[in-house]
Amino acid sequence: METLPQLKTRLAAAFPKARLEIVPNGSPGNPDSLWVDAASGLKVAGFLKNDAALQLDFLSNVTGLDWLDKTVTEKVRVKREFKGQEIEVDEILEKIVPGYLEVVYHFYSTPLRHGPLVLRMRTENRTDRTHLPSLVPLYRSAEFQEREIYDLYGVIFDGHPDLRRLLMWEGFADHPMRKDYCEPDDYEYEPTPHGALLEKARRHYPREAAHG
Amino acid sequence: MDQALISELKRQGVITIGLETLYNWGRSNSIWPLGFGLACCAIEMIAASMARFDLARFGAEVFRPSPRQADLMIVAGTVTKKMAPQVVRLYNQMPEPKYVIAMGACAISGGPFKQGYNVLKGVDRFLPVDVHIPGCPPRPEALIHALMTLQRIISGQKLTGPDRPRHLRTDAPAEYPVPTHGAHDLEPARNSSLWRPLKITREA
Repeated sequence: METLPQLKTRLAAAFPKARLEIVPNGSPGNPDSLWVDAASGLKVAGFLKNDAALQLDFLSNVTGLDWLDKTVTEKVRVKREFKGQEIEVDEILEKIVPGYLEVVYHFYSTPLRHGPLVLRMRTENRTDRTHLPSLVPLYRSAEFQEREIYDLYGVIFDGHPDLRRLLMWEGFADHPMRKDYCEPDDYEYEPTPHGALLEKARRHYPREAAHG
Repeated sequence: MDQALISELKRQGVITIGLETLYNWGRSNSIWPLGFGLACCAIEMIAASMARFDLARFGAEVFRPSPRQADLMIVAGTVTKKMAPQVVRLYNQMPEPKYVIAMGACAISGGPFKQGYNVLKGVDRFLPVDVHIPGCPPRPEALIHALMTLQRIISGQKLTGPDRPRHLRTDAPAEYPVPTHGAHDLEPARNSSLWRPLKITREA
């Protein structure tokens, strides 16, 4: 299989409007992945499946990721008045990078025996704009996996023929695999709790904890 | 009845026992379990009923596919919160007298999945469990032991008096409330008349 930069050049020529980016994977042995914007995701996947040199006909795995909002600190050099003089000082700026949900697809080719090609798509945010195109029209194997991601992460796949919850019940409001999910507080776990579990145990047994 | 008379009759080939003993003997030796499994414990339950371990020796080999014909529910495996209402509903559909064996770590406490958001932390939060079997999964011998324990419980039951079993009392419930699926958890999350959180005293 051609390298990812070569493939990216070819894809960029075929889909001039598509936004493509290579997401590097630092660890050895693991392939870098290709991030494609949601609007052209389905077209790019169709290209991967039908292109004669690729023939990625097998979608092995679909998985989800949750990226929370994060604060990035940036050091900026600014000019300030100080005792009548203008001097340059370093200032630390805090910036909030909005979080997003990410879906990762792993493609293989059964006739050409190559792969995986890792494709990523990201939603605009984590709250209300969580739509991504479904790959079920191209790959039937995506159906249950996309349902599972819808269930556990809350990504809404447009074009999915049967987008229902897979593991949790209908009417369940949360998405349990999201990082800010709070599970129901309904059990006591460790005989000698520590850390976060100790805090929980203190909430459950305030009197005993207070008196030792 | 006079003990000397009983032994005299026995010498003549006549066995004399009370109705209570006969009734309990009959019930404890033909327990029909409900044939349903929830996880890997069910494999051990099936093994217990097959030739090698042979649950038929204890009269409990007739696994029924319908709750209407069963009188023992073996909760064999992880009870997920999605499945819990159906388990309670199956129990409610069984005729009295009925018994529950919670088989394996998951059924008695949630087991290795206790920290999971989707697992019921013990079926005794919704059902009156008679015998708990620990193990992950318990071996068929453990299930046989649980069945023998249940037989002992049944054999000791009184037919009259204040401590007679539930199916002979009119004030005891034959059915238990079925929880519903709420927005975040089962509603209610437990049957408070059956189960209360353990009182734990901790070192500081």
